[in-house]
Amino acid sequence: MMAALRCVIHRDLLLAVRRSSDVLTVLLFFVIVASLFPLGVGPDPALLRAIAPGVIWVAALLASMLALNRMFASDHADGTLEQMLLGATPLGMTVAAKVLAHWLVSGLPLVLISPVLALQFDFPQESLWTLTLSLALGTPALSLIGAIGAALTLGLRGAGALLSLLVLPLYAPVLIIGAGAAEAAVSGLGGQAQLLLLGALLVFAGAFAPWAAAVALRISSE
Amino acid sequence: MRVNWFKYSSPQTFFPLAGKLAFWFGALAFLACAAGLYIGFFRAPTDAQQGEAYRIIFIHVPAAWMSMFLYIVMAFWAGLGLAFNTRLSGMMASALAPTGALFTFLALWTGSLWGKPTWGTWWVWDARLTSELILLFLYFGFMALQAAIDDPRRADKAGAVLALVGVVNIPIIYFSVKWWNTLHQGASVSLTRAPTMAATMLAGMIVMALGFWFYSIALALMRARCIMLERERASEWAVEYARGSA
Amino acid sequence: MEKKTGIPSLEAVDLHCVRGERKLFGALNFTLRGGEMLRIGGANGSGKTSLLRIACGLLEPTSGEVRWGGENIRRLQEEFWRQLVYIGHANAIKDDLTAAENLNVACSLTGIGAQPGRVGEALRRLGLAGCENLPARVLSQGQRRRTALARLALSEAVPLWILDEPFAALDAAAVEHVQNLIAEHVSRGAAVILTTHLEAGIAATLRIDLEAS
Repeated sequence: MMAALRCVIHRDLLLAVRRSSDVLTVLLFFVIVASLFPLGVGPDPALLRAIAPGVIWVAALLASMLALNRMFASDHADGTLEQMLLGATPLGMTVAAKVLAHWLVSGLPLVLISPVLALQFDFPQESLWTLTLSLALGTPALSLIGAIGAALTLGLRGAGALLSLLVLPLYAPVLIIGAGAAEAAVSGLGGQAQLLLLGALLVFAGAFAPWAAAVALRISSE
Repeated sequence: MRVNWFKYSSPQTFFPLAGKLAFWFGALAFLACAAGLYIGFFRAPTDAQQGEAYRIIFIHVPAAWMSMFLYIVMAFWAGLGLAFNTRLSGMMASALAPTGALFTFLALWTGSLWGKPTWGTWWVWDARLTSELILLFLYFGFMALQAAIDDPRRADKAGAVLALVGVVNIPIIYFSVKWWNTLHQGASVSLTRAPTMAATMLAGMIVMALGFWFYSIALALMRARCIMLERERASEWAVEYARGSA
Repeated sequence: MEKKTGIPSLEAVDLHCVRGERKLFGALNFTLRGGEMLRIGGANGSGKTSLLRIACGLLEPTSGEVRWGGENIRRLQEEFWRQLVYIGHANAIKDDLTAAENLNVACSLTGIGAQPGRVGEALRRLGLAGCENLPARVLSQGQRRRTALARLALSEAVPLWILDEPFAALDAAAVEHVQNLIAEHVSRGAAVILTTHLEAGIAATLRIDLEAS
């Protein structure tokens, strides 16, 4: 079974590398959205410092959501998904492997570039680590929850907009706690509690979301 | 809903029963709501802090209760349909969604109307209103997903997965919003009533809640009848019914 | 090669299928044992693909069940799928992977250990020598179909093959290759279900014809 899962991850990473424009677009979206906020609210450093955690988190969330279409759509279109449904490994595990590969390609780059964006908002350097860690824990949770939405909307007209409507309410807790962690770090309270909560959410999502997404995939492929 | 679970589990037998039940629950709903409104507007004492404006609580709180309750009931029927592959359960879930969304909207609207005289703004980001807003999005998501899927069986099953995921998330959403609210604004901005409440006020809210509950049942049954007719329109009993009422 | 004795039988019990508004077929029964081939015929739109997908477990029938070795396949899940190779209309080929990589992935997913040497051999057997390291994007329709079918050359140990129009988009030589693969598999004591407009090359033990509605 591990061999099959490694094969799935390897395959998805290989495909992402060979079609890297998809990946880079998502990263650029993150950067652009975060940069739009100062244009909207004005360059006052105090204001930007205050909204920085929220802005970066919302931008990461939107970028992560944008990337969800890539998760199952192309496999569904060329019939590869059907073969995964008939695979020798439990579908939940295959989905978990795909989500991991998806996050490595669409989520991890966001995490890595977030400190740079945060500095644009004059984010205090001591708190950068908490912000990055909150995104490192939060973006996989977002990918896992998003996988359920992506699986439910496979092949539907207007799947992109519908996916946002389904998934954004479910993202709310992760956003609240993640941004809360960064803010707590900035205000000196320390974000450990929130980070632990985020970790708990991630574990919860990791345990249940792949299984729910697997059920949704079977329903969508009927 | 009755003692013999499987006797009424086919649309054909449930259809006439649903019609009769809808009528009686509708009548009960009218009576209960009238009683509740009477208590709320004429019997309950004037509030010391908020004067007469607080009376909107008699609609706001029961509506909020119903919005939560209906989502759980909807998820229950949807889950039942997913587990046992019964057509009727899925239809009940789809029938409940619009009423649930209506009550959520009503809770939001009355909350906004309450906020204006009390706090001076049309919208207040307190825990309950924010949770209700997210709940409204969950309802809309469910309805939009079902509307986007042509095949009714796939629509039922997909909606069921979404409703179940939503139901699991609702406590998480509620607590994280509550925590977010206390962190940012403290306990000062809140539409939650003080813990001590006159007995008449509580009675009024409960009677209204019952009224709303009967109304929901009546509406859901009526909507379920429409869904049954639409989905089973090829079957004999539906054709008979259409011919009979023509 | 020794004949495999006693592979579980595939039974369809009282299958009904309603898709959207149309009833495709009802009260369908068959039993397929080792060494037999089932050929499903019928006009376009008569439900052949739906029947195959029900037999695989991808689609749930409106009523009735499919059993493998006496047990409902929906309960068996991976246990059943480990003993199944399904090649549908779609080739399940990724454009950005080479033919060899595609075949490797396909085998890994269904639990067939893909020995590297055999992958090349399977592709050559289907007339794809020289195409192993070309991305599937540049292959022709027929070559892509053959890449998908090359899985069969590596699946001798899999007792049940379900094939949807395996000969579509193939030239005469390729059709013969695939017919040989199927014939060999049946003679090994395995079971094959297929739909096709052409002759299957070997006599079908069972035949079901679905009527177009």
